[in-house]
Amino acid sequence: MIEQVVWLLSGCALALGCFFMLSGAVGLLRFPDFYTRMHAAGVTDTLATFLILGGLMLLAGWSLALFKLGMILLFLFFTGPVASHALARAAQHSEWKLPALKTRGEQGGATEPPTAAADVAEADALNTDRV
Amino acid sequence: MLAATIIALLVVMAMALIRALLGPSVYDRILAVNVFGTKTVLLIAVICFTFGKPEFLDIALVYALINFVSVIGVLRYFEFRSGSGGEVMDD
Repeated sequence: MIEQVVWLLSGCALALGCFFMLSGAVGLLRFPDFYTRMHAAGVTDTLATFLILGGLMLLAGWSLALFKLGMILLFLFFTGPVASHALARAAQHSEWKLPALKTRGEQGGATEPPTAAADVAEADALNTDRV
Repeated sequence: MLAATIIALLVVMAMALIRALLGPSVYDRILAVNVFGTKTVLLIAVICFTFGKPEFLDIALVYALINFVSVIGVLRYFEFRSGSGGEVMDD
């Protein structure tokens, strides 16, 4: 009974891992930009690795293979994001650098945003003849 | 399910290779090679369980180490160079 449950769980984990892996590969092929491609590959890589190795760990049972799979999982968990970060950093130093984003301060620098007090003063100046 | 996982892994590796061949920049190629290496580790691990030989997991572990070190090394090489030419860009 419990073996069948474990077998079913491992099958579900492997199937989900396959789905995430395939969606990541489609994103890697079809996205238009380098950074979007890196996003698709980097995000799905970690999750698919976790699911597939978790499914294999469920199949392994208590053995040395479980420990080795755990070591592989831990290592891929740490190195995947580190490799993605190093890749994005290297790309930022190249001619494929992203254009700098405008911050909020730069956007509002040229024209002062209208404030409530300025509105009141302007209305007072316009409506002096009414009083 | 293990056989289906192997097939999906092979399909993903083929797609990563297509991106590595097409990739307009050198960083696309490095990304595709990184994905290919990670999927190779998973493929070795799944093949171990399909054929019932858990000793092969050591190979997967060593392959993960080599893949990470090689990607970081290639990135250090290309970090301050232009992708196509090879002259050093002053940053």
